[in-house]
Amino acid sequence: MTASSTQAPLLLEARALSFYRQDEPVFGPLDFRLREGEVALVEGDNGSGKTTLLRILAGLLHVDEGELLWRGERWQRDAHLGDIVFLAHHLGLKADLSARENLAIAAGLYGARDNMAADGVWVDIGLSGYEDEPVRRLSAGQKKRAALARLLLLPATLWLLDEPYANLDRVGIELVNRLLEQHAARGGGALVTSHGAVSFLGGEPRRIRMHA
Amino acid sequence: MSHAPLGPACAALLRRDLTLAWRRRGDIAMPVLYALIVVTLFPFSLGPEDALLQRIAGGVVLVTVLLAMLLALDAMFRSDIEDGSLEQLVLAPQPLALMLGMKILAHWLTTALPLIVIAPLLAGMLHLPTAVMPVLLLALLLATPLLSLLGAILVALTAGTRRSGMLLALMLLPLCVPVVIFAAGAIAAAQQGLPWLAPIAWLGAALALALVLAPLACAAALRIALDA
Amino acid sequence: MANWIPLWLHKLGSPPMFYRFAGTLRPWAMAFAVLLGATALYGGLVLAPADYQQGDAYRIIFIHVPSAWMSLFIYAVMAVASIIALVWRLKLAEVVAMESAPIGAAFTFITLVTGSLWGKPMWGTWWTWDARLTSELVLLFLYLGVIGLYHSFEDRRQGARAAAFLAIIGIINVPIVHFSVNWWNTLHQGSTVRILGPSKMSGDMLWPLLTMMGATKLYYIASLFGRVRTDLLAMESGKDWVRQIAEQEARK
Repeated sequence: MTASSTQAPLLLEARALSFYRQDEPVFGPLDFRLREGEVALVEGDNGSGKTTLLRILAGLLHVDEGELLWRGERWQRDAHLGDIVFLAHHLGLKADLSARENLAIAAGLYGARDNMAADGVWVDIGLSGYEDEPVRRLSAGQKKRAALARLLLLPATLWLLDEPYANLDRVGIELVNRLLEQHAARGGGALVTSHGAVSFLGGEPRRIRMHA
Repeated sequence: MSHAPLGPACAALLRRDLTLAWRRRGDIAMPVLYALIVVTLFPFSLGPEDALLQRIAGGVVLVTVLLAMLLALDAMFRSDIEDGSLEQLVLAPQPLALMLGMKILAHWLTTALPLIVIAPLLAGMLHLPTAVMPVLLLALLLATPLLSLLGAILVALTAGTRRSGMLLALMLLPLCVPVVIFAAGAIAAAQQGLPWLAPIAWLGAALALALVLAPLACAAALRIALDA
Repeated sequence: MANWIPLWLHKLGSPPMFYRFAGTLRPWAMAFAVLLGATALYGGLVLAPADYQQGDAYRIIFIHVPSAWMSLFIYAVMAVASIIALVWRLKLAEVVAMESAPIGAAFTFITLVTGSLWGKPMWGTWWTWDARLTSELVLLFLYLGVIGLYHSFEDRRQGARAAAFLAIIGIINVPIVHFSVNWWNTLHQGSTVRILGPSKMSGDMLWPLLTMMGATKLYYIASLFGRVRTDLLAMESGKDWVRQIAEQEARK
C-alpha cells in the first residue's frame, strides 16, 4: 500500500507454490510475499484457483509443490491455527442460531481480542436490531455481515477472505474496506479474492494474479 | 491477544450442538419412533407367542437400537459440512480430536440416550423378564457409545463424498459385529441365568480404548476427507 | 521420504519404473501361476487318495483353503500398502492397495462359495454359521466397504487415501471379529465341526495344497501388476513417460 509498509516484516511468503488436482495443475508456480500491514487482492478468472490458494493458506489443503513460509519459517498447519481466520464461500454460520450465538461460539473456539466487547460489534457491522434473529431469517447480505462480525472479534493476524464483497450493498462494501484498513493499521495482513472490479480502499492494493 | 482456553471451547461446542438439537427436537424423536415401529413389527411377523418373543427380545432390542442409531449417524457432520462450520472447527486453535469428541458426545446424548430411555419399554413389549432389564441397560450403555465412536470415524471418512447411507451401513457392519456379539451375549447369558460379567467387561474395555483412540482416528479421517 | 528406505525401493516406487518392472514380470508370474495351478489340480484331484471319511468331497480344499489363505494375505498386503500410502503419500502404494481390494474380495467370495459347496455334503446344508465361514463373510464386507468408499469419491487419490484409512481400521478389526465370532460360536453351538484339525494330512494331499498356494500367490502378483499398470497409465496420463509409451504403441 504505502512505501513504508515495504519495510515491515514479512508475514507470509510463497515460493514456486503449485497445486495439482488429479495430476492436473490448478495453478502455479506462484510467488508472492505479504508483509505486515499489507492487503493483497488475489485476482484471476473463474477456475484460476483463487479459492484453492486460500484453502491451502488456511491449512485445509496439502501443499503439493513449492514452499510456504510464515514469518520466515516453514509454514506448519498446526502451529498457525488461530493466527489465521478464513472467511469462505460457506460462511460457517448455523442457520438455527442467532448471529450473536454464532459469534459466541466462534469466540469460544478462536478466542477474542482483549479490548473487544461482543456487544459493540453489532453496531459496527450494521446488524444491530437483528443480532438475535435466527440466521436463517436474515438476507444474504445480512448473513455476510454476521460472518464479518468474526473479523472484528477474533484475534487473527492473517485474514483470508474469499469473495467478501459478494452479496453486499455499497455500505457493506465500504464496511469491508474499513475493516481491512483497520486490520492493516494494526499490522495484520489480508488476502482478498474478488472476480469483479471493486472500488478498493483509498490507494491501490497489491495484486496477485492467478493463472493456470 | 488471547487464544481461547480449552475448557470453555469444549463447553461452547457442546452447548452449540445441544442447542441446535433442542431447536429441532422433532429430529430427536425420529429414531425413537423408528425403533418403536420396528419392534412393533416383530410380533406381527412372528406371532404373539410369549415364549418365542421372550427368547428374541434382547437381540431384537439391541439390533433395533443399532439400526436407529445408524439412521441418525449420517447426520453427525452433514449440516456442519454444508454450512462451512466444520471448516471453521478444523481451523480453530484447539485440538481437533477433542472437539470431535465433544461433537460425538453431543450426538450420543441426542440420539442414543433417548433410545436407551425407551429400551425398557421396547423390551417390555417383547416380554423380556424384568430381572434381565438391568443387564440390557448396562449392555446398551456400553454398546451405544462404542457405536457412536466407531460410526463417527466412518462418517468422517465419507465427509468428502456425496451422501450415501448404504455405504455407511456397509462400512459399519464389520465394525459392529463384535459389539453386537458381546452385548447380545451378555443379555442372553443373563436370561439363561449364566454369568454375564465377562462380555460386559469386554465391552467396557473396548469402550475405554475407543474413547481414547476413536476421536484421534476421527480427526485423522476428517483431515483426509476434507483434503479435496 | 524417510532416509532408511533403500534407494532401489524408492526408485521402484516411481510410476514409470514400476510400469516397466511390472510389465516384464507379469507374463512370467502368469505363466508359472497356470503351470503350478494345473500341477496342483492334477495332484489334488487325480493323484491324491480319497479321504476315508469324506470320500471325494474333501477335494474342494485344494481350492477352498488356498483361497481362504489368499483372502487374508491380500488384506494384509492391502493394509501394509495403505499405511505406506498414508504415511509417505506414495502414489504407487495407493494404487497397489486399491487394486488389491477387488482381487482379495474375489478370493473371499470363492472361499465362501466353495465353503458352502463343501458344507452341503458335510453338514447337509448350504450355509452354516461356522466361525471360520462367518469371519470370512465379515471379511468380504470389509473388502466391499473399502471398494465402495474408494469409488464414492470424485478425486481418485483422495478416495484411495480415505479407503486406505478404512483398510487400516479393518486390519485391526479382523482379529477382534475372529475372536468374538469364536466366542459367539462356542456360546451358541457347543461344538463345531472342525474342518481342518491339527494337520494329519498325508504328503499326497499336502503337496498339491502347498503348490496351489504358490499358484494363487503368483496369480495375485500377475493380476495385481496388470491392474496397477492400467491404473498408473490412467492416473499419469498427462506425464511425459505415458506420452512416450503411447507414441511407441502408435508407431507399431
